[in-house]
Amino acid sequence: MSTTAVVRKNTYFDSVSLMSVSTKANGLDGVEQAFTAMGTEMNKGVLGNLGLLTDELRAAGSGDLMIVLVAEDRADTEALLAEVEDLLHRKAPASAEAGAVTYRTIAGAAEGIAGANLAVIAVNGAYAAREARKALENGLHVMLFSDNVSVEDEVALKELAHDKGLFMMGPDCGTAIINNVALCFGNKVRPGSVGIVAASGTGSQEVSVRVHALGGGISQLIGTGGRDLSEEVGGIMMTDGIRALAADPATEVIVLVSKPPAASVEKKVLAEVAAAGKPVVVYFIGGSEEAVTAAGGHFASGSLDAARQAVALAGVETAGTEEFDAAQAAADVVTRLAEGQRYVRGLFCGGTLCDETMYAVKDAGLDVWSNIQKDPAFRLTAAAGSKGHTFLDFGDDDFTNGRPHPMIDPTPRLERLVAEARDPEVAAVVMDFVLGFGSHEDPVGTTLPAIEEAQRIAREAGRHLEIVAYVLGTDLDTPSVAAQTAALEAAGVTVTRSSTETGRFAREIARKAQQA
Amino acid sequence: MSTLPEATSSAATASVAEGAELTPAAALFGGDLSVVNVGLAMFDADISAQGAKVSTLDWTPPGGGDLEAARALDVLERPDLAEKIEAANAEAVERIMAARPMLIGFGRALDVVPGMTPTTILHSGPPITWDRMNGPMKGAVTGAIVFEGLAKDLDEAAEVAASGRITFKPCHEADSVGSMAGVTSASMYVHIVKNETHGNVAYTNLSEQMAKILRMGANDQSVIDRLVWMRDVFGPMLKEAVEFTGPIDLRLLLSQALHMGDECHNRNGAGTLLLFQALAPGLLQSSFTTEQKKEVFDFVASSDYFSGPTWMAMAKAALDAANGVENSTVLTTMARNGVEFGIRVAGLPGQWFTGPAQKVVGPMFAGYKPEDSGLDIGDSAITETYGFGGFAMSAAPAIVALVGGTVAEALQYTRDMGEITTAANPNVTIPALDFQGLPTGIDVRKVIDTGILPIINTAIAHKDAGIGMIGAGITHPPAEAFTKAVTALADTLA
Repeated sequence: MSTTAVVRKNTYFDSVSLMSVSTKANGLDGVEQAFTAMGTEMNKGVLGNLGLLTDELRAAGSGDLMIVLVAEDRADTEALLAEVEDLLHRKAPASAEAGAVTYRTIAGAAEGIAGANLAVIAVNGAYAAREARKALENGLHVMLFSDNVSVEDEVALKELAHDKGLFMMGPDCGTAIINNVALCFGNKVRPGSVGIVAASGTGSQEVSVRVHALGGGISQLIGTGGRDLSEEVGGIMMTDGIRALAADPATEVIVLVSKPPAASVEKKVLAEVAAAGKPVVVYFIGGSEEAVTAAGGHFASGSLDAARQAVALAGVETAGTEEFDAAQAAADVVTRLAEGQRYVRGLFCGGTLCDETMYAVKDAGLDVWSNIQKDPAFRLTAAAGSKGHTFLDFGDDDFTNGRPHPMIDPTPRLERLVAEARDPEVAAVVMDFVLGFGSHEDPVGTTLPAIEEAQRIAREAGRHLEIVAYVLGTDLDTPSVAAQTAALEAAGVTVTRSSTETGRFAREIARKAQQA
Repeated sequence: MSTLPEATSSAATASVAEGAELTPAAALFGGDLSVVNVGLAMFDADISAQGAKVSTLDWTPPGGGDLEAARALDVLERPDLAEKIEAANAEAVERIMAARPMLIGFGRALDVVPGMTPTTILHSGPPITWDRMNGPMKGAVTGAIVFEGLAKDLDEAAEVAASGRITFKPCHEADSVGSMAGVTSASMYVHIVKNETHGNVAYTNLSEQMAKILRMGANDQSVIDRLVWMRDVFGPMLKEAVEFTGPIDLRLLLSQALHMGDECHNRNGAGTLLLFQALAPGLLQSSFTTEQKKEVFDFVASSDYFSGPTWMAMAKAALDAANGVENSTVLTTMARNGVEFGIRVAGLPGQWFTGPAQKVVGPMFAGYKPEDSGLDIGDSAITETYGFGGFAMSAAPAIVALVGGTVAEALQYTRDMGEITTAANPNVTIPALDFQGLPTGIDVRKVIDTGILPIINTAIAHKDAGIGMIGAGITHPPAEAFTKAVTALADTLA
């Protein structure tokens, strides 16, 4: 075994590309371990832990590329290194056609590309605010995908954007649909008259997908960023978003999606609702009905309710769907459980999907533990094991810890799934699979082996493990919701049809299993 | 819009209702989405798959990821300061572009270069002491000491150099530039280039043609003999020639040479023909013998590099006009001494900001390997500081092979340099880019902001004294020099 470390000074690649290169490099014949990463402190820490940090690597800066290759004895290190470099320099095909001009800066691109009107920014959080500012200064709307942007920076950016009449979407809520083009995380939905302003990413994806499934369509989906409705940020983007949709002739109904806002901000937002001049459906997860109704808004109790009301208000004819009898379905599950199987465990990629299911179970008066629990007494860390009814958001910073979001790479959930199957107290595991742009190309396929292993472990222990899955996606997504659903059902997984239905089913199983 | 209640106070709705100009939001919803994608390549594919326009940046973190540099940049971007800097930089580039450098003569360094003494030796780059000089510069210094008769041989010359009797000084601090080692001693002939617009004068010595030459560190008898001939015949004949021809407009010739496929740093074929064409009548009228004139003609014809130093002095005369423009963040100097790379900024006159000299990457003469290379050396990066050389690669497609690229990449080099400069020089243009002017006025802030370092075309000298040129290629300044400069600017201007 031999280790080769190379530092390419002043050579920059984005982290996702580097991870993909590392992955491919690890698959090369003769490679024990390959590592391509920028020389950030974090990456050097990782190498240090692996015992691979040489002096040369230690001296690398965050603008320098590190290539570390642990090769098998018989391997030709130089040839392998050349192969890794080749992987690095295989250009992205999309806009790299011959003759295309490559810009290095936002200012350069804004000046050089006639009609450029929006910047999607997904750089390291330390640089994200600066790039967003450049975009706004150059007259571009911004979708800021990066996380780890400070609240101060967020406020400054949103105030600048507001003054210029521009959108400052994000940070840390990577969903938007502008002119029927999904940016970052988003599903392919039909164009229509429902406009969404949302502070939660998967929550807005869910509403857009349900609107589509009910026969409606989306005019615009404006992601405000997860903190927009906090006291500090004050709902700047949601306010501007509501006004823009109120003025948009193609939008007939507006839907707001968020966790409950700070009190002062809620007041501000509801004042916009009252002034919008169009029906506004308000889905504030776990929020109260009275204030919304008083402002003339339409209160939605869940994501499905929000979508149904929006579609009805838009005057779209919907085929009546058969109501899901959660109680009956849960009763059927419970009859198959062994003694002691009492708890539901939720393993989610989507934060809002986790929230909605967790709240449904909590509303039944049951105790739930989670890494996104507001009540510290019921909060779990990533390192801790599950407890009672546990609902985990794998997209939370605590779990991602520098790794890609589980919607891009669902593998971190797999281990946990198998661990839950070993727990004799577990009655059911609930999972989500998020399809669409930005997401993994086959989340179900990646998870099936772990599902099968979980089922085998339970079976060998004489238990039935109920696995419940919700696939968030449309018939237009690639892969389609139908294809992913079929693959799950073939594996004996119960597939629910909406986030709301998932919550109901989880609640009924939790209630009945705990009573049994 | 008839459903809108009177109470609506939104700016967006109001302007649409009044039929005024579209708000940015309405313009976005009503137009075609065109995305600038920064950071994650995968979004490029997603967006273009949905039929929208997308352009993904080749993005690098500001200051190459140096947070100190990014902080200094934030200071300089404070609106009050930024406004002052913008105005100062506009003034600096206006001076650079308006400068009209004229070749007004040739003369002995001792007679014309300010501060020159019989024991002064000018060298390239930022200040450096004898003990720290690299192989090629030591070779050139000892050769010059022998040439000046200050020592009988190279060994004694090394002792003289170390004795403290020689005054070493950067060319740049004597209104001069020198290619490669830049070694200029008292009796060498130099160009005299006067900026007619602003009145300042710049100097540089004469091309030795060939590869085994003093400036590349070679110093054997053949090198000394050539220097003697240049002192006794070549220099004086050029001096007489310009007395006949009168001042020669170098910016005009540079502009023509770029239209003829030179970038006037590593490719000088056209520029040399143009310069020689301008000088030839004067050379013919000079007082020298026909035999001597033939020697000079043959010597000029022996290498395209004849006009190389001339363009350096031209650039120096223009850039010096911007020195001292208060609050300006525009570079007036990039120069290397083989150990360090130094830059100087218009708003911080007299200060050098340095970092380690870099390797030069490019094709080598047969028999030499990259490990034989000396580090980046010479004042010739004054050409890039003005906006030609590596910055004008798109004007010289013939030499993209020399720098290891394609024609498309050559065009991209110039576009990239546009992102770190302040203006396009309308006086010197590039046909292949629809006659876009040279990218002019390298802005320290933009270099830090974009992470794009200036590109420099240059020659490679052997790392040891006495050998000479072994290749050519491209290099960049060290980012460190810019980090130091931007930090000093933030400290001084804030």
